[in-house]
Amino acid sequence: MIQSTRLGRWLPPRLWIFVGILVVLVSAAVLAPLIAPQDPEAQNLLGRLRAPGTEVRDITYLLGSDELGRDLLSRLIYGAQVSLTVAALSVLVSGSIGTALGMIAAWSGGWTGTIIMRMVDIVLSVPAILLAIITVAILGPGFINVIAVLAFTRWPRYARVAYGQTLGLMNLPYVRLSRFMGASTTRVLLRHILPNIIGPIMVVVTLEFGLMVLFEAGLSFLGLGVQPPTPSWGAILSAGRNYVTTAWWIAVFPGLFLFLLILSVNVLGDHVRDVVEGRR
Amino acid sequence: MSRFLFRRLMQAAISILGVTALIFFLQRLAGDPVLLMVSEGASQQAIDALRANLGFDRPVLVQFTDYMSDLALLDFGQSVVQQVPVVDIIGSRLPYTIWLAGVALLLALGIGAPLGVFMAMRRDHPLSRIGMGFVLAGQSLPTFWSGVLLILVFAVTLGWLPASGARAPDSVIMPAICLSLLSMATFARVTRTAVLDELSKPYIRAARAKGLSMGQVVRRHALRNSAIPVISIAALEIANLLSGAVIVETVFAWPGLGQLTVQSIAARDFPIVQAVVLLGAFVSIFLNLAADLLYSAVDPRIRLEGSK
Repeated sequence: MIQSTRLGRWLPPRLWIFVGILVVLVSAAVLAPLIAPQDPEAQNLLGRLRAPGTEVRDITYLLGSDELGRDLLSRLIYGAQVSLTVAALSVLVSGSIGTALGMIAAWSGGWTGTIIMRMVDIVLSVPAILLAIITVAILGPGFINVIAVLAFTRWPRYARVAYGQTLGLMNLPYVRLSRFMGASTTRVLLRHILPNIIGPIMVVVTLEFGLMVLFEAGLSFLGLGVQPPTPSWGAILSAGRNYVTTAWWIAVFPGLFLFLLILSVNVLGDHVRDVVEGRR
Repeated sequence: MSRFLFRRLMQAAISILGVTALIFFLQRLAGDPVLLMVSEGASQQAIDALRANLGFDRPVLVQFTDYMSDLALLDFGQSVVQQVPVVDIIGSRLPYTIWLAGVALLLALGIGAPLGVFMAMRRDHPLSRIGMGFVLAGQSLPTFWSGVLLILVFAVTLGWLPASGARAPDSVIMPAICLSLLSMATFARVTRTAVLDELSKPYIRAARAKGLSMGQVVRRHALRNSAIPVISIAALEIANLLSGAVIVETVFAWPGLGQLTVQSIAARDFPIVQAVVLLGAFVSIFLNLAADLLYSAVDPRIRLEGSK
């Protein structure tokens, strides 16, 4: 029954749960100030390391509290903001830069093209996490720097796709016609090339998004990401390692949220790729 | 073949030169590299002394040629903190990382590849469905979380394995499992696709028509041909395992290169960080090259294409 509806064909029911997880996490991030039961940075010395469900002076710690008595659930809700914002912004920045450079490389060819595509090869030849680590070591940690680092390490992925796609379109009659009619390079690239390569670029976006969430958490875990007291899932998990024998929840819940977010993004990303590439 | 080989070698050489230059100029772009290496609140005198000592007061181009020629001789400079050649420090940590990554690779290949073959042969078997779930989960599992879960279950609750360090021989088990999960999922997925691809080809149907059983067909024909993509992925996965070790070693306090990197960032010992990253880049470029060459050695069709 469900299969035959339009929605069912576009998005099979087995994927609905992942859409649900994403919707919940995104709304948590957007509505954080409204739904978080506590201030994520409010400390409470009486409520340190309380187990999930404990009540201390009218405050119920649904997912427990951390070593400073901060409500873990509230920190995780605000952590969703950090994860999703960093991932979205770094995908946006690296996607725009990479797509632009890829199109320019294909369009201008010659030395410009060679230099850009060589840069792509070079950046991609360094394992991404190592490149991110050395760049953070140079720039220093922090919200903006993490985005800059992720954008810098990931733009070649988009450039490669944009380059190949643009090469394929460049000599099609409609593109040549618009050039003969006097359209500027910028106009041709933005009006005629970009709309036609955006599909494959979006595939890269969906595949990269989960990776960016993972990278942000990994950098924060190593102490190189968003700095405390801003709640980042990676940083909360890292701090929770010290209390794993007495307060397992501090390390377990942020990881669970991360896992669910990345899993949903990956599963839906795979689906988007299949749809765009016409496999179903 | 020789033309393909030459072109590939040139590409690798350019990548290596590019990566070294990239890291050199990144440091300069970000400001004064000496500031990366002194502790916070160091006196101006100390900063100037270190700058002269490291040669950062010379023109940038002189520094660059010096830096490149030092690297060509595998001289990565001195550790700022320990005042020992970086090569010695790396040499003392490298065996741990190789041991960890080696065990992880064995686990990933040893479990992932057979799982992939099984999932291709018995697509509708309940175990295959569980396997696909594992592949999906494995690709989304942050190692720093699975590591903590392993510690929580096997070290804290059950007390079977040591939670951290590398003193006991069984210390390697948990970090290796944790590190191998992602690669294991990748091997399972790639092997499954490769075997499925082979099984859909006409010669397989011919072999079946001749009267061979499914098992025989897979063993005699499909496996050998589907090994090609798996081999090339294996080379790339080694690079992933080595860089993944940064986080896994931190989780399990494993005294390898990854832990060294994180410690060196905290101690502002930049020469060590730089050396590890360069080493990682070289290994990864080399493995990519090896994968391509291996690929062309195993599959003659690629060789022909490359030499056109």
